[in-house]
Amino acid sequence: MKAVVFIEKNPVNNQLRRVSLELIHKAYTLVHPLGGEVTGIFTGDSLPENSDELFKYGLNRLLYYTDERLIHLHSIAYKHILEAMIRAEEPEIVLFGATHTGRDVAPLIASSLKTGMTADCTQLFIDEFKDKGKILYQVRPAFGGNILATIITPDHRPMMATVREGVMLLPDEKLDNPVRTEVFPVDFNDLWIKSEFLEIVPKIKKVDFNSANIIVSGGAGVGSKENFRLIRELARALGGEVGASRAAVDFGYIEKDHQIGQTGSVVRPRLYIACGISGQIQHRAGMEEARKIIAINKDPEAPIFNIAHMGVVGDLNEIIPIMLRYLSEED
Amino acid sequence: MKKIVVLAKQVPDTANITGDAMKPDGTVNRSALPAIYNPEDLNALEMGLTIRDELGGEVFVITMGPAKAVEILKHSLYMGADRVFLITDRKFAAADTLATSYVLAEAIKKIGNVDLVLAGRQAIDGDTAQVGPQVAEKIDYNQVTYVSALKEISDDHLIVERDGEVQTEVIKVGFPVLLTVTAEANTPRFPNCRRMLHYFRADLAENFSDDKKELAKENNWIIPTLSMEDLELVEDRCGLKGSPTKVHKIKSITLKGGDLKMYGTETTDIKQLVRDIMKDYVEVN
Ligand SMILES: Cc1cc2nc3c(=O)[nH]c(=O)nc-3n(C[C@H](O)[C@H](O)[C@H](O)COP(=O)(O)OP(=O)(O)OC[C@H]3O[C@@H](n4cnc5c(N)ncnc54)[C@H](O)[C@@H]3O)c2cc1C
Ligand SMILES: Nc1ncnc2c1ncn2[C@@H]1O[C@H](COP(=O)(O)O)[C@@H](O)[C@H]1O
Repeated sequence: MKAVVFIEKNPVNNQLRRVSLELIHKAYTLVHPLGGEVTGIFTGDSLPENSDELFKYGLNRLLYYTDERLIHLHSIAYKHILEAMIRAEEPEIVLFGATHTGRDVAPLIASSLKTGMTADCTQLFIDEFKDKGKILYQVRPAFGGNILATIITPDHRPMMATVREGVMLLPDEKLDNPVRTEVFPVDFNDLWIKSEFLEIVPKIKKVDFNSANIIVSGGAGVGSKENFRLIRELARALGGEVGASRAAVDFGYIEKDHQIGQTGSVVRPRLYIACGISGQIQHRAGMEEARKIIAINKDPEAPIFNIAHMGVVGDLNEIIPIMLRYLSEED
Repeated sequence: MKKIVVLAKQVPDTANITGDAMKPDGTVNRSALPAIYNPEDLNALEMGLTIRDELGGEVFVITMGPAKAVEILKHSLYMGADRVFLITDRKFAAADTLATSYVLAEAIKKIGNVDLVLAGRQAIDGDTAQVGPQVAEKIDYNQVTYVSALKEISDDHLIVERDGEVQTEVIKVGFPVLLTVTAEANTPRFPNCRRMLHYFRADLAENFSDDKKELAKENNWIIPTLSMEDLELVEDRCGLKGSPTKVHKIKSITLKGGDLKMYGTETTDIKQLVRDIMKDYVEVN
C-alpha cells in the first residue's frame, strides 16, 4: 500500500509546517508495516529549508516542482501539479494537512479524481473491509463534535483525508531514511495563474501551544477583559501559555489566536487549567488529550468536571489570586 | 450587471444543543435540533447582495435539500435575493461532498453565464469546507477560499482579502470566480420588513391550492424546484450512489467520568491544589 502526503511550508519563515511531519509519520505507521512506501509531494517557489527533516519521520521519496510564481497559492496551478504527481504515483492513500492551503487544494483534486475525501480526521487506521481487502478507516467528529463518524471509501482510489495540525503525534525516535528528492517534470501552463496577489501581510503569531507544557485557559466565566489578567498571570507564574474558549474570544477578552477547540488550536499539554470554561464539546475537541486537566468553575454541574482530573468549585476571581500569592511565596 | 449564485444550506443548529436535544444517555437527539441557515452562507449571501447593489444584476440562491429547506430560501428572499431554487429529489439523499458538488455545479451551468459563485466556507453540520472548491473544479472557475473581507468591487474585478492562516493575502480576481466566505467578512443584513410581508407566503407550488395558484404566480410566491430530471443529471453521480465516501459507523460522544479529585476553596485547600499541580507537573515531566 502506497501513501502520498502533501508537504507544506510556512511561507513566512520557509520552514516545513509541523503538520507535514505529523502526516509523514502517520503515513509511515500506516503503510510501512504492510511493506508500503511514503512519497511526499511539494510545489511552491522553493523547497522548505529543512525538507530533509521529513526523511527522519518516515518519508521515502520527495517529488517536487518549483516555480517562483508558486510562492502564492494559485489554486488551479497547485491542483494541476499535485494531481499530476498523484496520478503518476497511483497511491491508495493521500493525506493533506487541514490547513488553509490543504483545504483549498485537496477538494479540487478529489473532485477531479472523482474520489472520496474525508476532512479533519482525528484517527486513521487500516483494516480489512469485506472483500475489498485492506482499506483506510477515517474517524472524524461531525455534527458540531457531538458524534464520531468512521468514514470509508471502499470503491474508489485514492482514499483521501485531511488532518489538522496537532492531531497526530510526532514520534520520540527518528529514523535515518536516506534523503531522496526528485524534480517532477511539469508542463506549466500560464493560464493556471488567474489571481493577482497584491499584498501579503504576515500574521504575527504570538501564541505557541506546541512547545507549551502548561496551558492556562479562560472562558466566559472570567467575566471581563480586566479579569483576564488573572489568567495571564497564572500562566506566567507557571511558565505556561494562555488559552481561551471561543466565548472568551467572542466577548473580546483575548485575541482569536488563543482559541482552543474545534475551530481553534488542538493542544496536548501536560497540564491544562480551565478557568470559567463550561467544557462544551467544541472546546473539549481541542484539549481533552491533555495529560492532566484541572477545572475551576463555580458550577458543580459544568461538563468540564467530567473530563477533569482535579477540580475546584468556586469563583475563579477568588481562587486564582490565592494561587498566585502562594506561587510567589514558593519562589 | 452581474449574475451571482449563492450556495446555501439548511443545517441543524449544532451550536445550541440544550435541554430536549440531549437524550438521557448523554447523546444528541438530532431530530430535536432546530434547523437554521448555515451561518457562513449568510455571509456569502450578504456579500452577493452587496456586490449586486453596487454593480446591478441578480442574486440567485440555490440549495440542495429536502422540502423543509424552503425556509432558508424564504429568508434569502427577505434579505433581498432576486431568485431562489430548491434543488430537490429523493435520489439526492445521503450525498457526500462529491455528489453534492456535482448537483450544484450542474444547477449553476443550467442557470448559465454566472459571473460569481459564493459559498460559505463550511457548513456546521459536517465542517468539511469541501463543497465550494469542488463546485469550482466542476464548473472550471477560479477560486479564492477563506475570503475574510471584500475590499473593492468593480465591473471587471474584485479585490478580496484571504485568511491564509499564517498570512493575510490581498487578491485581485477577475470574473468568473467562486469565493468561499468566512464569518469575519461582513455582518449579514436583517430581513427587510416589506419583503418579509410580501414573501412570507412564498412556498412550493404543491402547497398552493388550485384557486390560489394564479395569485401566487403573480406575486412570485412560488418557489421553483429543480429535480434530477430537470437538471438532466446522471443518476449514478447523485446521492448515495454518487458518493465515494460511506459512513461505516457512528458513535455518539458521551462524557466519560474521569477520576476527579476535588478541592475546597479555603486557602489551605488551594495551596494543596497548587502543590499537587506542581508535584504532578514534575512527575509527568
Ligand atoms: C461550529 C462550532 C465551533 C466551535 N468551536 C469552538 C472552539 O474552537 N472552541 C471553543 O471553546 N468553543 C467553540 N465553540 C463554542 C462552544 O460551543 C461553547 O459555546 C464555548 O466553548 C463556551 O465557552 P465557555 O465555556 O467559555 O462559556 P460558557 O459555556 O458560557 O461557560 C462559562 C462557564 O464559566 C463558569 N463561571 C462563570 N462565572 C465564573 C466565576 N466567577 N468563576 C468560575 N467559573 C465561572 C460558568 O459556570 C460556566 O460553566 C464552537 C461552537 C460551534 C457551533
Ligand atoms: N446541499 C447544499 N446546498 C447548497 N449549498 C451547499 C450544500 N452543501 C454545501 N453547500 C455550500 O458549500 C459550503 C461548504 O459546505 P461543506 O463542504 O458541507 O462544509 C456551504 O457553506 C454552502 O455554501
